Amino acid sequence: MEFARKWVQILFGLLTNANWAFPFTRSIYQGPLKVICSPGLNCYSCPSSTTYCPVGSLQNILGGIKISLSNNQYFFGLSVIGALGVLGAMFGRMICGWACPFGLIQELLHKIPSRKFSISRSLNYGKYAMLLVVVILFPLIMVDEFGGSSPWFCKFICPAGTLEAGLPMLLLQPNLTSTIGALFYNKLAILLSVLLWSVAASRPFCRTLCPLGAFYGLMNRFRMVKLKLDETRCTNCKACHHVCPMGVKFNENPDDPECISCLACLHKACKFEAISIEIGGMPIAATPARPLGTNVPDSAKYPF
Amino acid sequence: MASERKKGRGQIRKAPFILLTVSTLLWIVGAASGEPSRVLEQAWQVCLSCIGIG
Ligand code: SF4
Ligand code: SF4
Repeated sequence: MEFARKWVQILFGLLTNANWAFPFTRSIYQGPLKVICSPGLNCYSCPSSTTYCPVGSLQNILGGIKISLSNNQYFFGLSVIGALGVLGAMFGRMICGWACPFGLIQELLHKIPSRKFSISRSLNYGKYAMLLVVVILFPLIMVDEFGGSSPWFCKFICPAGTLEAGLPMLLLQPNLTSTIGALFYNKLAILLSVLLWSVAASRPFCRTLCPLGAFYGLMNRFRMVKLKLDETRCTNCKACHHVCPMGVKFNENPDDPECISCLACLHKACKFEAISIEIGGMPIAATPARPLGTNVPDSAKYPF
Repeated sequence: MASERKKGRGQIRKAPFILLTVSTLLWIVGAASGEPSRVLEQAWQVCLSCIGIG
């Protein structure tokens, strides 16, 4: 299953980044597909990107509300929130586990052999602050004299933007290097910290900083496709705790906002058929029976 | 408890359908107000803020 998930992640990475002409055009894609919302975090100034980034778009629309209203345009970001809502209502953070390129990058980095560390659950609240304060409130409140604002998360924090757009665009358009300054070096430092942290800990950006992960996480409890716990079968052996890359204790909170539906607990851990998949309340797949006495291999464990 | 057990066997949950409907309506209202053209306009430009030099 892990193998299949990796292929789905790669497929989504390629689908949201299908502009392979960029080495020749030396710029970003400007076709009609860019009206499609990227399900995961994928900078729309990345030269290969063929979709729009919901976090960037939402901030730009919210930051331009005053100007839009003065032109009798009623743009409040409803189409972006609606598109995200549809994805969240269907899949919640399953998007993070299966369809986000930046999630995949962090997973690959975590495979580099090194000492591994856990992440305190209290840090998980950081991403909700990012969503509420930096993505929504700052563009609405911190308005300049012309009535516009900046995409604060993109401008000061987003490591996906630096990696997928900033660095490639500097390579493709060397004249841009004359414009880099403190802002760029600040973002480069954040990117390097996130990349190094990803080697040592599992998906640190997703768990502590990503506003998109926060949005989908809020919908995890109500999503259509999710994992379900059969309490009558659960023996509280805690095997599911050890394999989870997001630090979820599945049998204690099956609707945890951190669960990315990677299915590791279902396929690698539970021996008692206590975990299954359901769609809208209807079970579709029970845990395949595992021979009793099979232990979770140490290589599959995370230090939580 | 009995209803809990019934739910365990599979009972359609309403919440995802409600969320789907509300989200679709939001998307329609946003699309009807012309927002997608605004989204496209932004997505077609290199966002200097996004790449860290704006
Ligand atoms: S939390 Fe953000 S970066 Fe991580 S997988 Fe989800 S959308 Fe992608
Ligand atoms: S709870 Fe299970 S499905 Fe969810 S992230 Fe953890 S291991 Fe993956």
